[in-house]
Amino acid sequence: MNAPVILDRRRVLAGGGALIVSFSLTGAFAEEKSPPGVVTAPKPPGSLKDAPLLDSWIRIEADGKITAFTGKAELGQGFKTAFQQIAAEQLDIPFASLTVVTADTHRTANEGYTSGSHSMQDSGTAILNAAAQARALLVAEAARRLDLPEDTLRTENGAVIAPDGRRLGYGDLVAGDMLHVQAQPTSKLKDPASFGIMGQPVPRLDIPNKVTGGAAYVQDMRPPGMVHARIVRPPSYGAQLTACDTAAVEKMPGVVKVVRDGNFLAVVATKEFLAVKAMRALSAAAQWKETASLPKQDDLLHVLATGLPSQDSVIFQHSNPSAVGRKTLEATYTRPYQSHGSIGPSCAVAQLVDDAMTVWTHTQGVYPDRQGIAEMLHMPQPSVRLIHVEGSGCYGHNGADDVAADAALIARELPGVPVRVQWMREQEHSWEPYGPAMVTKLKASLDENGAIADWNFEVWSNTHSMRPGGAGCLLAAQHIAQPFAVPPAKPLPLPEGGGDRNAIPIYTFPNAHVVHHFLPDMPLRISAMRGLGAYHNVFSIESFMSELALAAGADPVAFRLKHLDDPRGRDVVMKAAEGFGWREGQKAPPGHGYGFAFARYKNLAAYCAIATEIEVNRETGQPRLLRAVAAVDSGQAVNPDGLANQIEGAIMQSMSWTLFESVTFDDTRITSIDWQTYPILRFNSAPDSIDVHIINRPGLPFLGSGETGQGPAAASIANAIADATGKRLRNLPLTRKRIKDAIDA
Amino acid sequence: MMTLKVNGKDHVVDADPDTPLLYVLRDDLKLNAAKFGCGLGQCGACTVIVDGKAVLSCVTPLLLLDGKQVTTLEGLGTIEAPAPIQRAFMEEQAAQCGYCISGMMMRAQALLQRNSKPTDAQIRAELQPNLCRCGTHMRIMRAVHRASRLMDSADASPVIQRSAP
Amino acid sequence: MTGSPRMIAAAIAGVLIAAGIAGFAVTWRPAIAAVEPPSPQSFDPVLVKRGRELAAIGNCNDCHTMRGGSSFAGGLPVPTPFGTIYSSNITPDPDTGIGRWPEQAFRRAMRSGVDRDGQHLYPTFPYDHFTNVSDEDDRALYAFLMTRPPVHAPARDNQLSFPLDQRFVVAGWKLLFLRHGGYQPDGGRSAEWNRGAYLVEGLAHCGSCHTPRNGLGAERPDAQFAGGDVDNWHAYAINSQSPSPVPWNADTLFSYLRRGWDSDHGTARGPMAEVVSNLSSVSESDVRAIALYMADVFGAPAPDRIRHGEAVLAQAKMRAKTQAGAPAAQAANGAATQDWTMNATGASIYAAACATCHESNRALPYGGVNLALSTALSGPDPRNAVNIVLSGVRPVPGERSPIMPGFADSMNNEQIVALLQFLRGRFSNQPAWSGVAKTVLDARRMQTVFLQTSPGPSNPPADATQRGGP
Repeated sequence: MNAPVILDRRRVLAGGGALIVSFSLTGAFAEEKSPPGVVTAPKPPGSLKDAPLLDSWIRIEADGKITAFTGKAELGQGFKTAFQQIAAEQLDIPFASLTVVTADTHRTANEGYTSGSHSMQDSGTAILNAAAQARALLVAEAARRLDLPEDTLRTENGAVIAPDGRRLGYGDLVAGDMLHVQAQPTSKLKDPASFGIMGQPVPRLDIPNKVTGGAAYVQDMRPPGMVHARIVRPPSYGAQLTACDTAAVEKMPGVVKVVRDGNFLAVVATKEFLAVKAMRALSAAAQWKETASLPKQDDLLHVLATGLPSQDSVIFQHSNPSAVGRKTLEATYTRPYQSHGSIGPSCAVAQLVDDAMTVWTHTQGVYPDRQGIAEMLHMPQPSVRLIHVEGSGCYGHNGADDVAADAALIARELPGVPVRVQWMREQEHSWEPYGPAMVTKLKASLDENGAIADWNFEVWSNTHSMRPGGAGCLLAAQHIAQPFAVPPAKPLPLPEGGGDRNAIPIYTFPNAHVVHHFLPDMPLRISAMRGLGAYHNVFSIESFMSELALAAGADPVAFRLKHLDDPRGRDVVMKAAEGFGWREGQKAPPGHGYGFAFARYKNLAAYCAIATEIEVNRETGQPRLLRAVAAVDSGQAVNPDGLANQIEGAIMQSMSWTLFESVTFDDTRITSIDWQTYPILRFNSAPDSIDVHIINRPGLPFLGSGETGQGPAAASIANAIADATGKRLRNLPLTRKRIKDAIDA
Repeated sequence: MMTLKVNGKDHVVDADPDTPLLYVLRDDLKLNAAKFGCGLGQCGACTVIVDGKAVLSCVTPLLLLDGKQVTTLEGLGTIEAPAPIQRAFMEEQAAQCGYCISGMMMRAQALLQRNSKPTDAQIRAELQPNLCRCGTHMRIMRAVHRASRLMDSADASPVIQRSAP
Repeated sequence: MTGSPRMIAAAIAGVLIAAGIAGFAVTWRPAIAAVEPPSPQSFDPVLVKRGRELAAIGNCNDCHTMRGGSSFAGGLPVPTPFGTIYSSNITPDPDTGIGRWPEQAFRRAMRSGVDRDGQHLYPTFPYDHFTNVSDEDDRALYAFLMTRPPVHAPARDNQLSFPLDQRFVVAGWKLLFLRHGGYQPDGGRSAEWNRGAYLVEGLAHCGSCHTPRNGLGAERPDAQFAGGDVDNWHAYAINSQSPSPVPWNADTLFSYLRRGWDSDHGTARGPMAEVVSNLSSVSESDVRAIALYMADVFGAPAPDRIRHGEAVLAQAKMRAKTQAGAPAAQAANGAATQDWTMNATGASIYAAACATCHESNRALPYGGVNLALSTALSGPDPRNAVNIVLSGVRPVPGERSPIMPGFADSMNNEQIVALLQFLRGRFSNQPAWSGVAKTVLDARRMQTVFLQTSPGPSNPPADATQRGGP
């Protein structure tokens, strides 16, 4: 299981005896590894349990320079700023006096993927504790030198201070391998009441550069001598290149090289637009043999629920025969394939120097992607370095890993030369791995008191991760003449789950039965998209809860509270209702509707409830979100403004998925290949207001936030549309046309 | 070879006349702000200002630009001396990934140059061609209003360079 | 054709006042008593549903809805040569809409252009066509409108100068131009043809845009469907004088009207986009009937038109096969052999800014139309082509729909003129346009107004399953 680790090499840098260990690990770790039920010594929290040496996270040099390291990748969520707040707070140093280094296979810990709203929980927690423990070690060292009891000393502004005013700077105190020690299971954390930096809306560090045209993205890299490459992808899955006369293209201005390896076709040119022109010509010269292999887009319900083989498992079962249902409701909900649709197509820069390949990439997982690329190139992993550089917004597994592989494959043909590859818009839209289509079937009964007596939930879904790991997950490796096979799909294990993420209700029902129908065959290329199965499962559960409330003649908020025991969940529900001005039994104005929904992401991360008001034009069916009020409990809030920004974004993005988005295809090709054919929300759909109420929980663990809002936003909008029109829509997306047809029916 | 005026300076550019302005800005002039988003004029990530108007640089060939003034985000201000629109986007923290933001700011800047007090509806209509995927729309609108106020209080000409207080 | 606009106006005023006085005597109508607004539940849902389709065929929402405003609440400025007229509120609001109108009053308005109070309505409301609508259909339309959500939206004052601001003048206009009598079926024709004729001449009021008008703003019966004007767009001739490079037939008309585009002709835009948007939601048989009747109006094309059409199509197909990837080169090659190559600026702009989409392999509606098929470039004046170059095709929010960037802000007037002249020379067999520069100036002024007020289509002209091709 444990791959060889190449990073176990120490480099002691020059300088005043300070020890800077570049990185130390006891082993590599699979992503999200959770040892089953084995009782061992308590482990340190967050990612410290996998990379337990303090100096994997915090380093202090003799000159007082302090660096925090994270194996996570900044994807636009702004966590880099939050991590810096955490480290500065716990070390008692000014915010601006340290820097944060993000994912780099030669510098940072292997934290697997930056996904699943795990960054704060894993890396944030590791930095929090590592910083606190480093501070404790510094205080202990100062106590030793000053010969004073530790509890007489305090820390401030990067120094330990004695009662008599003597100061010892951290740089002076750090010595030998002071921080090259195993983390302890518990840390002496600062009292949240004393926080000066954590909990503050510190402005994000990356924004000034981004609003003034600084180099901020991998797309902006221009190492000396860099050339530009463009790929010619097959027109459809499985298409075979039968002929391609490259001679004319090779003679085009600026063309450096045409790379052809099986079905992998690319062209390199000195300038970017010359590469684009050459790509167009190469594309026209290429002839492909295509196979019709795609399912019927209009019939995904049957394709998924009956057409594909499934592996069925009961993932939750609870029985109480004394509860008897009187009135039974059933409903089926569907979700189409959906695109990540990053605004900037995927991009990477790669360079082969002295048999070592370096790839600058916006991948979510530098280590797993390195493994795949090394395997594809038949190179040892230590000879391949992946450095994370920000790309356009990342909402899961998009083309980032694939384009990194493209760049590496091309760079191997041009030793010494940095090669930049950016996909074209059409390539991103037709080749990115989509969020999988899903089907859910729900059935529940109400007892004579209008409470839910039994609950049945079934979900049909592909896996929600086909990330590398192996080379077989990379497009380029699938397309070369000696291809790597796509590895078989595996369901992601609970409690987090994949297609069954959030399939288990958070509510307390006397009888409940939840089945996961895992579909191993993947007619379309799919992988992780923000929230994984939680988006559709929460949409389904929370739509159905409102359907049941209506059937029970109950207020949707009261009905939820009636079945919800979790006190933090109840707080969030009540906060959102209060912020919205929700009153039991209230009626929205004509043409308007109110909606409510709630979930705890993965049933173990952040809590989020969202109330919405929607206006529906009854003539056109056009819906417009007027206002949304969210309440969120993400544990200890490090940067409230950053948290609010994430929730606002979740509501907006989920609104776009929910109202507009579906991947389209015919029997052979993907047909939603740009913003004409894959429309997303534009400014006219922006609501009048979004309010985010944060329930801060000082001292409690970080729960993450990047994916907590999407499911509740979708259901809240669907519920508001149902309230406005009297018609329940269960097939995503809830398009204007579907709303109009429902109104007219 | 042609001379292109960008951010107040003449540049002699060695590119074919059919080259879209976007590639000239990024590849020849090494400017970062204008972004490749679609190359089809559908998303606005490449928006720059030409003679006061917001223009999609990915579908504007070089040959249309003879004698015209191109302004990119770099030409408005710097981190040390941000223009009102830049200050406003910083103060509102109006970005998530930020890839679309440069295009948003340039289109908003063009709007503010001809209408210094736009309404919410006017901002929405103006920014309609530009896509944001992270869902930062509410902050972007707030930032445009803030920029409008900042320009006012600075009593500034539309494109100015001033330092933050 | 002599005389200053002022003199013409005076003459028109004179005619209208005289006719108005006469007409008033003949056409005076009493008020019809207001009723308590009928409840929506009092209407038969089947009737309402039929009314919904009829309203779509009548394109009612287009004029009676403002951009961003409530459906059917009126207020849209309709520019006419005589001034600006604002559309009225036809929601059942009792105070500002038609809530207190009995069905009889609604039918009278449709048939005679008189409102409930007995006031004459301006013929921007096309009662010269609606007079052909059957009682039964008027009943369904009434039922549909009376079951819409009422919207309080007072009428805006029209901006007309004397004497046209006097409604009695309209009575004179009616005396001269309004022909009652309803649609008379042609027994020698099929039921489908008659259905099409009934819709086209009546509710669909195609002639309102596609038939030229005389000096008093009435359709010229001698030039039916010979091409007209609307919102600074040219509504093409849709009879034997049609300028389309490939002649229309019932199948291509159906495909265009039903889904908003046809591969031999291109994509609907401008005011026609709203029309096809509405037609996508009505019963297919009605659109087929309209197409069948209109194909008859177009008539069988002359042999030389057929030959030209076939040649253009063959060329377009060949280009699609051979040219992807090197559009610019193709344009330049072509440029070497014909006169329009004198226009090097236009040719280079086309090659750099247009050809990547318009010579791509991508099929309609998401690929740019092969411009040899474009009616805009073969039409009698350059307005439509100029409008489209300036404004492009805007996305229908949240819907799959074609997008074309507009070039108003990246091309100056000289560049647009050069481009248009090049396109006309290269892609049509018609003589050069005159007055392109003025058209560009006018279009820059007018387009802004139109695009900011009209609601824009909600059903996009598109086909979700249309293959693109990477």
